[in-house]
Amino acid sequence: MEALHIQGLKKSFGGLPAIAEVWLSVEAGEYRLIIGLNGAGKTTLFNLLTGDLPADAGSILLFESNVTRLATHKRVHLGLARTYQIITLFPQDTLVHNVALSLLGLTKARWNSFGSLSSALYGEARTVLAKVGLETLAQRPIAEVSYGEKRRVEIAMALAQKPRLLLLDEPLAGLSREERGTVKQVIGAIPRETTVVMIEHDMDTALDMADRITVLHYGRVIVEGTRAQVVADPKTREVYLGY
Amino acid sequence: MKTWVFGTLALLAVLPLGVGEYYVNLASQVLIFAVFAASINLLLGYGGLPSLGHAAYLGVAAYLSALLQLKLGLSHWVIAPLALLGTTVMACAFGLIALRAAGLGFLMLTLALSQVLWGTAYRWVSMTDGDNGLRGLARPAPFGINLDGAPAFYYFTLLIAAFAIWMMARFVNSPFGATLKGTRDQSRRMSALGYHVWLIRWVTFIYAAFWGAVSGLLFVYYHKYIHPVSLSLANSAEGLLAVIAGGSGTLAGPIVGAAIVLLLKNWASAYIERWNMLLGFVFVFIVVFMPEGVVPGVKRLWKRYISRA
Repeated sequence: MEALHIQGLKKSFGGLPAIAEVWLSVEAGEYRLIIGLNGAGKTTLFNLLTGDLPADAGSILLFESNVTRLATHKRVHLGLARTYQIITLFPQDTLVHNVALSLLGLTKARWNSFGSLSSALYGEARTVLAKVGLETLAQRPIAEVSYGEKRRVEIAMALAQKPRLLLLDEPLAGLSREERGTVKQVIGAIPRETTVVMIEHDMDTALDMADRITVLHYGRVIVEGTRAQVVADPKTREVYLGY
Repeated sequence: MKTWVFGTLALLAVLPLGVGEYYVNLASQVLIFAVFAASINLLLGYGGLPSLGHAAYLGVAAYLSALLQLKLGLSHWVIAPLALLGTTVMACAFGLIALRAAGLGFLMLTLALSQVLWGTAYRWVSMTDGDNGLRGLARPAPFGINLDGAPAFYYFTLLIAAFAIWMMARFVNSPFGATLKGTRDQSRRMSALGYHVWLIRWVTFIYAAFWGAVSGLLFVYYHKYIHPVSLSLANSAEGLLAVIAGGSGTLAGPIVGAAIVLLLKNWASAYIERWNMLLGFVFVFIVVFMPEGVVPGVKRLWKRYISRA
């Protein structure tokens, strides 16, 4: 079964095509890495997949459901979760509250306007934080933890929703070598029933983790295959090395 | 927190025993204005939605109540729910229009909608008596209790205001309240977590309008008179200023802000001719020294004092 099927997807800003035309399929349970130079359209592609941006043309099928015109929150309820390249958390709130908000998003309790946030919800949020090694910082406000810890909270919030398809937008960006190792472990521990699509610039780390790799260039898929196939392809060398 | 709440309530409960009728009436007005400001705070403080048209709900509920009493002679037991229902239904429609935008766009749309109502109240003389306003209104007498006396009306207002503020406190501290604050801080992130941001804002808009309407009923009961100025931009702006001055996004802030505005308007004007200049100075002082508002500002200064002591 395909977790994601993209057909002829296009997006332009003004007259400038950010996604010229993308055709892409990702099998369920696959770990896909998307690489490309700056401006290749990687994050725009993610924004189209989540519904943050409307597509100009083409279609997006998520587990065989056409979600092209579906609002972002509805796609999330179909099993889509993401992290952001630029960390997007609730800085005044604690780590546990951030994760609790993520858990609450998929429950009917989010419409409860008279009760209080349940201790069970916070308990579950702590369990998720423990999975990324942050349970001891649960009560700290986001504003008081390190950049690497914030990255892990981003991932924890996405994992809390037990997504079927997880989009990771440069999860290793800006991290120290030690932090990269920790985040890599967290990503490596994601269960295989979750399909992962990741954008990453840190090739040494990311290439090891991916089943298949897609190279995006000027809004088009130019190479796709296993690590060996992509590395051997002359188009990859042309894009990255210029010859 | 609980000590503060019960202490304040106890103080308010004994207030009519220690002060004259003028101050009891002034306290009633502060309580009414506090409910109005607290309802604006739901939008501004917890939803990040600055409205300049919230007086629409106060005014429409007051006008509906007055018109149903004067034109149809209905009982207050029928009038009050009808006025609240009518205003809330109107808020549902206004919310559909105003929430097509956020930030400044939302501000301008709420202002435009309330100005339409204000203009209608002025110009529809056959219905509203225009600039003369509607007079000859009577206060309700729940369970036969006469509310014409200052203390009786004060206790009635205190009861309703305490209930209204408690209901609003429950709302912002609920799971839904947590989602509302999330939409204020990171609306895009909230969508990516599965929240319907627009719907959360719309529900809040209607809830805030409902409590604005409750303050409108208290307003018309108190004054026994209603004039188009109740729907005006000035009235909305005063409510907004009360929230900002007291501290938006806090439960006590709008109450303190309402007290500041009302006391300056009513009490200081008796002694100082240019009282609105004083009001301006007070706001400048607050913005300069406590930009987060009086309640959070005092808390901050108190913490600093304690840490030094």
